[in-house]
Amino acid sequence: MPEASTRQSDPGAASYVRFEGVQKSYDGETLVVKDLNLDIARGEFLTMLGPSGSGKTTCLMMLAGFESTTHGAIYLHDQRIDNVPPHKRGIGMVFQNYALFPHMTVRENLAFPLKVRGMGRSDIETRVKRALEMVELPNFGDRRPAQLSGGQQQRVAVARALVFEPDLVLMDEPLGALDKQLREQMQFEIKHIHESLGVTVVYVTHDQTEALTMSDRVAVFNDGVIKQLSTPDVLYEEPANAFVAQFIGENNRLYGEVVEAGDAGSAVTVRLDSGQHVKALPVAVSGARGERTTLSLRPERVKVNPPEGSVPNVLEGKVAEVIYLGDHIRTRFSVAGHDDFVVKIPNAAEHPRMHEGDMVKLGWAIEDCRALDA
Amino acid sequence: MADIPAAGTVPEMRRDEELTTADGRPLRVALRRSQRQLRRRAFYLVAPLLVFLLVTFGWPIANMIAGSVYNPEVAHFLPLTSSAISDWDGEDVPGEDVFAAMAMDMESGLANRTIGRAAGRINREIPGARSLVMGTARDLEDMQPPYREAFLAEDERWGDLEFWRLIKRETRIVTPAYYLLALDFEYNSRGEIVERPEIYQVYRQLFWRTAWMSLTITALCVLLGYPVAHLLATLPLKTSNVLMILVLLPFWTSLLVRTSAWIVLLQQQGVINDLLVWANIIDASGRIRMIYNQTGTIIAMTHILLPFMILPLYSVMKTIPPSYMRAARSLGATQFTAFTKVYMPLTIPGVAAGVLLVFILAIGYYITPALVGGESGIFISNLIAQNMQGTSAQLKLASALATILLVGVLFFYWLFNKLIGVDRLKFG
Repeated sequence: MPEASTRQSDPGAASYVRFEGVQKSYDGETLVVKDLNLDIARGEFLTMLGPSGSGKTTCLMMLAGFESTTHGAIYLHDQRIDNVPPHKRGIGMVFQNYALFPHMTVRENLAFPLKVRGMGRSDIETRVKRALEMVELPNFGDRRPAQLSGGQQQRVAVARALVFEPDLVLMDEPLGALDKQLREQMQFEIKHIHESLGVTVVYVTHDQTEALTMSDRVAVFNDGVIKQLSTPDVLYEEPANAFVAQFIGENNRLYGEVVEAGDAGSAVTVRLDSGQHVKALPVAVSGARGERTTLSLRPERVKVNPPEGSVPNVLEGKVAEVIYLGDHIRTRFSVAGHDDFVVKIPNAAEHPRMHEGDMVKLGWAIEDCRALDA
Repeated sequence: MADIPAAGTVPEMRRDEELTTADGRPLRVALRRSQRQLRRRAFYLVAPLLVFLLVTFGWPIANMIAGSVYNPEVAHFLPLTSSAISDWDGEDVPGEDVFAAMAMDMESGLANRTIGRAAGRINREIPGARSLVMGTARDLEDMQPPYREAFLAEDERWGDLEFWRLIKRETRIVTPAYYLLALDFEYNSRGEIVERPEIYQVYRQLFWRTAWMSLTITALCVLLGYPVAHLLATLPLKTSNVLMILVLLPFWTSLLVRTSAWIVLLQQQGVINDLLVWANIIDASGRIRMIYNQTGTIIAMTHILLPFMILPLYSVMKTIPPSYMRAARSLGATQFTAFTKVYMPLTIPGVAAGVLLVFILAIGYYITPALVGGESGIFISNLIAQNMQGTSAQLKLASALATILLVGVLFFYWLFNKLIGVDRLKFG
């Protein structure tokens, strides 16, 4: 994955968790994780994002110790851990369905990791109390998990993963079972706990919004490979390849081939399959003539009826669908042979309302149109 | 409802008054009426089963319990004697009133041909009493009052206090005699409850043996079934299905076939002994006795009852997500601690259901102990069956034994409910 290697790690920070050439296969025929190299800094909130089956959960399970690595090494704090059994790794973990022990009260659940570590009774009591206060459930110690709401169970699960003060906490789609409103609130709370405790968090999700709002860095997985590892804003604004552009946020795609490399690689001219020429920023193309490429364009960067000469790229589009969304109007155009070209038009006075079948001009800047791999 | 413009279509709510439906009936009455129909329909659906159970289950059990204490012979066939003897103190030969009553009972008993049954009842406890009663009854025509002297002249055994005490005791319609017998007690000649002579004691020992062997079988089923159920619940579906068929296979085979198979395997000229001899582990003369004793019963019954342990265990284990064990491990517990502190407590409803099923089935088991139990490995149910084929007295004894067994099972169920709570059980 050449496109990802440049951003693999922050050279300034000492690496706290390191995957080195990790491969994983379940059946001996296909690789679920292909040559994973990843460095996570101390105190970082790193999210593994990807569609299901992309290998992100497998990576988390290998880090936690529930799956063995087929090849490669995992280091935690410069100690090789891929042969250490899970209970000796000292990693906190929040599971998808919380995995709170149903036969124990909340207090017993929280005391469990302390008890197995042979901690004294009074010590356990103070720590459990502190943990319950941290997640704002001080009076829920005697309840059973089944007597708690989803959000409360979630908080207890977080508290349990943190009560024995691990330096590293793993979270496996912890908010998947919550409704939207609660999920947003819990995102904020987990982020807050992360910041106040300074623990390192590795978070797995398939929800890109969640990944963008919570993380310091996001590793986008696809097909067992990290497609891009970067901060949320870079991921959104500067996707390194067509998969990331498509997976993160909304994206319009146009297909074509390079016909002319620009000066010093500043812009390439691409002939679309429908015949029009477009100038684009070369990101994942070499610039050789005839190379296939995917052009990526964010819906909010497209200008409708731009003033003559203000933008280098102008194409004709026919309105195919208009969806009223209050603050903006989502308009689907038929452009250059694609009828899934979406533009978000702000609901403001200077933008006239459009109707199905209208012909309009659509324009955009070179740097907003990224030429990515085919 | 605020949007509905037409006033009056919605009944006005007043706090101090009962809620009513639109046509003014109290809401509670209307609700009950609407639910009554549903309840009635549900009842009709289960009614056939209810009747069936009452006829085939409730009625016979009630009959059995009644039969085990019912003792009508003396009271019904010697009615006058019964009432006359009630004032007797039992210290000396009864007075003339008792003898006179006996004479009149004999007279009517001869006419009704019922005297023999009364005599038979007494004879059961005092051998020879039948000939005494019948002989005297036949000679009654020639006797004159006072009957006391006449009877004593006829046969001096009429002066036997034991005989009269027995009659007085047996005038009770409800008797604990069969329960005493079922627990190896009896009345002595003075009418006191004492243990039977040691060589006649069978039942207490057999109850005890039935209980401990059932417990052993249950324990073995837990030990053997737990790992199998765990394997079934954790293996991939394809493999676990094959394993499940292996577990269920015994269910589809006749009980007799399975028991006979154990005879083939375990007998002294059987497969296992042959193998051991062939492998020079034992001597041909030292073949091990593994069947027609307690070992045989325990082995065969454990095998037969094992599925009843595995299935509830499996159904409970299947619902325990693997993430619980993982969570415990990630929190620092070793495999062993995670298993004992998290997994095992969660399987208790299954263990309890299996224990209850297997123990209750085992304690009343009949065929297998009868076939492979020999002398030392039979259960109380085998003796109940034996007694059922005997005289009416033995039938009553069988009823008493069976009732004790039933009470024992109910007691076990009660204890179990106290300790674990039956509503927590999962039978699968």
